[in-house]
Amino acid sequence: MAAGNNENAFSRELISFIEAWRNKPGNLIMVLHRVQEEFGYVSRESADTVAYMLDIPLAKIYGVLSFYHFFKTTKPGDHNIQVCLGTACYLKGGDMLVEELGNLLGIGVNEVTEDGKFSIEGVRCVGCCGLAPVLTVGKEVFGKVTKDQLPGIIAQFS
Amino acid sequence: MAYRSYILVCGGTACESSKANAIYESLLNEVDGQGLSEEVQVIKTGCFGFCEQGPIVKILPEDSFYVQVTPSDAKELVEEHIVKGREVKRLLYDKEGSKKHAKVEDIKFYQKQFRIVLRNCGFIDPENVDEYIAREGYSALEKVLFEMSGDEVIQELRTAGLRGRGGAGFPTWMKWNFTKQVKDADQKYIVCNADEGDPGAYMDRSTLEGDPHSVLEAMTIAGKTVGANQGYIYIRAEYPLAIHRLEVAMAQARDYGLLGKNILDSGFDFDIEIRLGAGAFVCGEETALLASIEGERGMPVPRPPFPAVKGLWGKPTVINNVETWANIPVIIMKGGDWFSQIGTHDSSGTKVFALTGKIRNSGLVEVPMGTTLREIIYDIGGGIANDKKFKAVQTGGPSGGVITEEFLDTPIDFGSLQKLGSMMGSGGMIVMDEDDCIVDVTKFYLEFSVEESCGKCAPCRIGGRSLMNILDKITKGNGTIEDIEQMKEIGHAMKQASLCALGQTAPNPILSTVKHFEAEYLAHINDKTCPAGKCKSLITYNILPDLCIGCTACARKCPTAAITGERRQVHVIDQAACIKCGACFETCKFGAIEIR
Ligand SMILES: Cc1cc2nc3c(=O)[nH]c(=O)nc-3n(C[C@H](O)[C@H](O)[C@H](O)COP(=O)(O)O)c2cc1C
Ligand code: SF4
Ligand code: FES
Repeated sequence: MAAGNNENAFSRELISFIEAWRNKPGNLIMVLHRVQEEFGYVSRESADTVAYMLDIPLAKIYGVLSFYHFFKTTKPGDHNIQVCLGTACYLKGGDMLVEELGNLLGIGVNEVTEDGKFSIEGVRCVGCCGLAPVLTVGKEVFGKVTKDQLPGIIAQFS
Repeated sequence: MAYRSYILVCGGTACESSKANAIYESLLNEVDGQGLSEEVQVIKTGCFGFCEQGPIVKILPEDSFYVQVTPSDAKELVEEHIVKGREVKRLLYDKEGSKKHAKVEDIKFYQKQFRIVLRNCGFIDPENVDEYIAREGYSALEKVLFEMSGDEVIQELRTAGLRGRGGAGFPTWMKWNFTKQVKDADQKYIVCNADEGDPGAYMDRSTLEGDPHSVLEAMTIAGKTVGANQGYIYIRAEYPLAIHRLEVAMAQARDYGLLGKNILDSGFDFDIEIRLGAGAFVCGEETALLASIEGERGMPVPRPPFPAVKGLWGKPTVINNVETWANIPVIIMKGGDWFSQIGTHDSSGTKVFALTGKIRNSGLVEVPMGTTLREIIYDIGGGIANDKKFKAVQTGGPSGGVITEEFLDTPIDFGSLQKLGSMMGSGGMIVMDEDDCIVDVTKFYLEFSVEESCGKCAPCRIGGRSLMNILDKITKGNGTIEDIEQMKEIGHAMKQASLCALGQTAPNPILSTVKHFEAEYLAHINDKTCPAGKCKSLITYNILPDLCIGCTACARKCPTAAITGERRQVHVIDQAACIKCGACFETCKFGAIEIR
């Protein structure tokens, strides 16, 4: 992250990414992706900065952010547990995994644990339907998950 | 340089999740340790399709097919198979208990398959352009650049009879021709639709991960044919591996002069840029997708004008699905006549399906059009898992419908599926067994469509919500007999009045299940029961006194302490305290818990 103690400050890399895209038509979504990659979500402050840098109205940014499910406007846990709720996973009990994770972590879907470590999210097909039910934590994919494995998976990231 | 042996490791997302990367590293180490790096090549390929048995390792030239391999098996595979020439029987794919036939061609899962789109998946290292070139890659582009006119390319596609694989099945040659014929455009665009929104389908992802160059080559061919210099690949942000492989492929293609300025010294310029989707299903619809590339909210607009004449930034735009693209280089090389011989009269070529759900062998299958559902489910998929009874197969995702046992012998093509009240869709094929409640699954699809409706037009926005409410009522045991008629009425209205195909097709799951499974709806409505035991409001868990031996296992698992009973005595469930979580049902080893 950039110098200074502003946690919302854009890094050098992010700034040069935005510079590179500034004059390309249709750049907004790509820029927001890059912001979310850096911070895990798009905060109000980040949205302000993007509006300023791309010279577009903040309302337009929120129009886009609210339309696309992928963008988050609140900070997720350090480890965001994404449970697939696509059809293949649903048939094999994906919803039960969400329920059990909720019990184990004491939070609901799209909520963050008090210590900020974990959050739970239901997502659409992650494309590993052959391994249903599937959940992902960061870049790691867990397939054929059973309820009994959940405490172990959580422990792995604690 | 030719190697004595090739070890192919699946590097698709599904297998990567089961440690394929670690297996690859261990194999490299072992080969190195044996001093065989000059003779044996270890390659990370795309998906083999047989995901159920992953991670998979294949060794050539013997064509040995090893399944469920772990990193610690690497040593044995190298020492035994490579060094001593003895197959490691323990890891060979075991069908029906016989370990004799381990060759890929002997495995039933592959026997009825015919691979055009997935021709390179599992054979080449997708991050190495040389391997693609070694399998005739970019020869089609060369042919189009130097030997064929645009009209000849379009004629070839017309002879081939290729229809779009993204769902609607529109003839590809016609789209290209519309765009080609626009004379006064200062720019035209080529777009690849890799949004793959159908939940439960991953054909496009696997194609891009296993053979990214085939799509790049095809898009460049289209650029040359219709006169476009810029392409876009619109891909879901949820597919990081596919995005990475595309980026690698694009960089290599540029290095080789196969992409960018003055391609192969032909004077033709064409480049491609990746644009990420952001989790909106409706952006798979072509006009919404184009709006999204433009950086806007992805809302459909009425057609005509079609994108082929007025698309991205108002310019003529050819937009095709990943699988459609992957067919193109093969058609150019082998000819439209060859292609048209495969499949049926109505639909030529092959189709890739993601076979999932309650099937024994989940995976990615590519079959000639005209193959029957029964062949796919029983011969390739190995039938229903856990010896349960087949109930229905769903095709077309949230826009499609169910097909029942009596229609399993229908040869699959665009027309026949539509006649059955379903549709081809993009290739999701989800098998349901007796434990799946048809009303519950229908509600699942409806929920999906309602959540994904962009809200622009009222029939879809309001109609979808009303249908959801009725289904919810039925699964809670509050349905009335009039509800069925009402759902049909709303459904037909949505079909006629919605602006885009999302709203027009959203009622399909309802209309199709009400037709084929009316009895199950009536059981929910009249008898207030859920025959599959899925709808929580309609079931109770009960302990069968003659089967309960009083082991106390269920009582210890029950999260609400609703189960009481002494050791070795019959237990009982307090229905008032039961939250119907099903923990006891899963725990009991004696089948003493009954769902009523
Ligand atoms: C709601 C909706 C979602 C769609 N999703 C996809 C998709 O994920 N992938 C795709 O290729 N086509 C999708 N389509 C179809 C596209 O609109 C379009 O027909 C397709 O990209 C054309 O390519 P093709 O002719 O090669 O099939 C969708 C259509 C609708 C109405
Ligand atoms: S039918 Fe639905 S998704 Fe399509 S434009 Fe109308 S509201 Fe949007
Ligand atoms: S439905 Fe869960 S990975 Fe596809």
